[in-house]
Amino acid sequence: MLDTVMIGAVLASVVAAATTLLIASLGELVAERAGTLNLGVEGMMIIGAAVGYATAYSSGSLLLGTLAAVLAGVALSLVFAVLTVWLAANQVASGLATTILGLGLAGLIGAPFVGTRIDAAPELRIPGLTDLPIIGKAVFGQDAFVYASIALLVLVTWGLARTRTGLVIRAVGESHVAAHALGHPVRRIRTLAVMFGGACAGLAGAQLSLAYTPFWASDMTAGRGWIALALVVFSAWKPLWLLAGAYLFGAVSILQLHVQGFGLGIPSQLLSSLPYLATVAALVLISALKRGQGAPASLGVPFVPDR
Amino acid sequence: MPGEVISGKALSGEAMPDIATSDPAASGAVPPAVLEAIGLTKRFGALVANDHVSLAIRAGETHALLGENGAGKSTLVKMMCGLLQADSGELRFAGEPITFPDPAASRAKGIGVVFQHFALFDALTVVENVALGLPGREPLAALAARIEDCVGRYGLEVEPHRRVGELSVGERQRVEIVRCLLGDPRVLILDEPTSVLTPDESESLFRTVDLLTAEGRAVLFISHKLDEVRRLCQRATVLRGGKFIAEVDPRRESSASLARLMVGAEVPRTPRVATHELGEPRLLIKNLTLKGDGSRGSALHAINLEIRAGEIVGIAGVAGNGQTTLFEALSGERRGEDAEAIVIDRTPAGALGPTERRALKAGFVPEERLGHAAAPDMRLSDNVLLTTHGDGRIVRHGVVRHSVLNAMFADIVKRFDVRFGGKDPKARRLSGGNLQKFVIGREVLREPVLLVVDQPTWGVDAAAAGFIRTTLRRKAAEGCAVLVISQDLDELLEFTDRIAVMSEGRLTQPVPVEETSREAIGLAMGGAHGAPAQEDADAA
Repeated sequence: MLDTVMIGAVLASVVAAATTLLIASLGELVAERAGTLNLGVEGMMIIGAAVGYATAYSSGSLLLGTLAAVLAGVALSLVFAVLTVWLAANQVASGLATTILGLGLAGLIGAPFVGTRIDAAPELRIPGLTDLPIIGKAVFGQDAFVYASIALLVLVTWGLARTRTGLVIRAVGESHVAAHALGHPVRRIRTLAVMFGGACAGLAGAQLSLAYTPFWASDMTAGRGWIALALVVFSAWKPLWLLAGAYLFGAVSILQLHVQGFGLGIPSQLLSSLPYLATVAALVLISALKRGQGAPASLGVPFVPDR
Repeated sequence: MPGEVISGKALSGEAMPDIATSDPAASGAVPPAVLEAIGLTKRFGALVANDHVSLAIRAGETHALLGENGAGKSTLVKMMCGLLQADSGELRFAGEPITFPDPAASRAKGIGVVFQHFALFDALTVVENVALGLPGREPLAALAARIEDCVGRYGLEVEPHRRVGELSVGERQRVEIVRCLLGDPRVLILDEPTSVLTPDESESLFRTVDLLTAEGRAVLFISHKLDEVRRLCQRATVLRGGKFIAEVDPRRESSASLARLMVGAEVPRTPRVATHELGEPRLLIKNLTLKGDGSRGSALHAINLEIRAGEIVGIAGVAGNGQTTLFEALSGERRGEDAEAIVIDRTPAGALGPTERRALKAGFVPEERLGHAAAPDMRLSDNVLLTTHGDGRIVRHGVVRHSVLNAMFADIVKRFDVRFGGKDPKARRLSGGNLQKFVIGREVLREPVLLVVDQPTWGVDAAAAGFIRTTLRRKAAEGCAVLVISQDLDELLEFTDRIAVMSEGRLTQPVPVEETSREAIGLAMGGAHGAPAQEDADAA
């Protein structure tokens, strides 16, 4: 039955599945801590996937593809930023529009590449460590995206809690009026936070189409952008809880595949919905336990300085 | 020394742009102006908030800015620190013309402002809040040490690592002041700084201000408390209706003459009712004990109090000693185990919710006007509904009867002189005084038998405050029992019948106002338990 090689492979794929969510939700967390609720994550993610794949396929360079994906995510996030931060438009409506725009554009950009394949981003092997049983491949045999996601987690956790930049971001999200009165450039900070979110969503898209499933399909994000958004809310805007949520989702989504393989007679649709149900259930529990640690106070509120 | 040579002068309502700078021609000891406003004008639509207003803040002086709510003080201050841009007129810093495109520019020049509505972040700690107000990237640990230092030096009790959301109004203000002081300001603007301080705290603030001016800094002191202005300030500029009225030496004026300049008419004192018949108990608090909820409210320990129809009982105390918890326990926002602990008009109400308590004809006016007493983004008429929906007149079978609602709204506006622009603006558009009159009016018109009011006049101008006190006094005379929680001791001494003191969640037995003194109450506020107020009065 399950030998150590197989367990190792399962663990490795759990990590890969969780990485997409972790990267995207970290970006959204920063944007939300600055007070902007960007529902465009799904759109920014898929445009990253499409542009990243198209660039990598055409140029043959995964690095170029990744860079292009990040830039595409940033470009789309700027649309959202201009609408909501500078024109003070409704954030929910603008975010939904951003997602729809992203899905449409991605389909258009990706159309010529349907049915093609590229080589997935290589796993970075560390002689000795990678060959450790069970955890070797999961921890030391992953591609660069996985390590980037962990680096990003450390950066965001530390940056928000310990740096002045992080403090200013939290302050702007807490009370833009007070931050403005103290002379902090609220709109510039929010724009940069939204752009960071866009870059992360684009990077998550690149991880999808260049590493996790190295081909292009128009619906390949499959709602992961929305899960990333939900993770941010249920994690009570704490980066470390994002890690837990993302890996729980990754674990259940891989395990249910294997359960389907055993043919237990459970409808596959039910099993496919498990990761979503498990993530929501676990995170509702977390946020219930951590009651009182609410959203950034200015989340979703447009800022209009009076002149 | 500075200011003594200035002769008081009062102008008529005409704008006189250069008045603050062209004078005084006396014997030369006038210190140089650090920050000057010359003929500033600011319009909001049809409203002229500032009409050619001039003001000069001089080094080493404490300058008072006096005026009713809506006189244009806030607008002027905002223009002087870059939060608003003037339509016309000029700002000068150290004699040079200057513009402040944003608040950062004014702070860079050393202008610190302690706002009336604090620019603080609830979710952040005191140190983090202070760090956000300072340029540079000082490590928080070093900053915490500097805060401790500043706290010790100026007697501004603040713990650097507490979350601001857990602090009382008074503590928050101290955070604001510390934040400004750490920025080493050349000009410090204090917007109504003493409204929430105990007499002792005010005294210590005045010592701080004297220390700052002795160091050559300039202070702009905005206050409604004319006695303080006369004691502390060397100069006072009076605004009325957006216009410059006068620059005077407040030490040579009386409180009455300053009030006349501000209001343009005599200000009535709250009439003291000499004798009145007390009726039956309307509020009975028996051994009320509540646990603190960690972050916000302090605990209550065995509170006992009886208020009878026809009397006003005041609760004095420094912010953060359980007054908020007590208010919430009375209003039904926090409920205890014991239904008998709170009895409203002979009905045990300890287990009832706010609406059920209102149905017993109790009215509640919380401390925070915006967000607690009124929903900021709802229209005033809709805000009427918030506390009257259970009365049966406005809501019938779940449907709001707008004709009744609008009639009641119009009634409140008319009888309580609530002034605003437009027909039915959002609550946040109203000035503090007008919103408070609205909130009080909303409760009073429900004809309550018990009225609990937390900080009735905090941040409210003299005329509106007088009106509110007179209204409460009148309600008591009509047989209502009134409980007033206030940090303004002068106010409590002026218009309540008995005063109790709250300290660390404990309440002293109320003592008739005639039998106590400021000193006795101040002592009890500092935490001397038992009934020192009574003892002191007996000794005297």
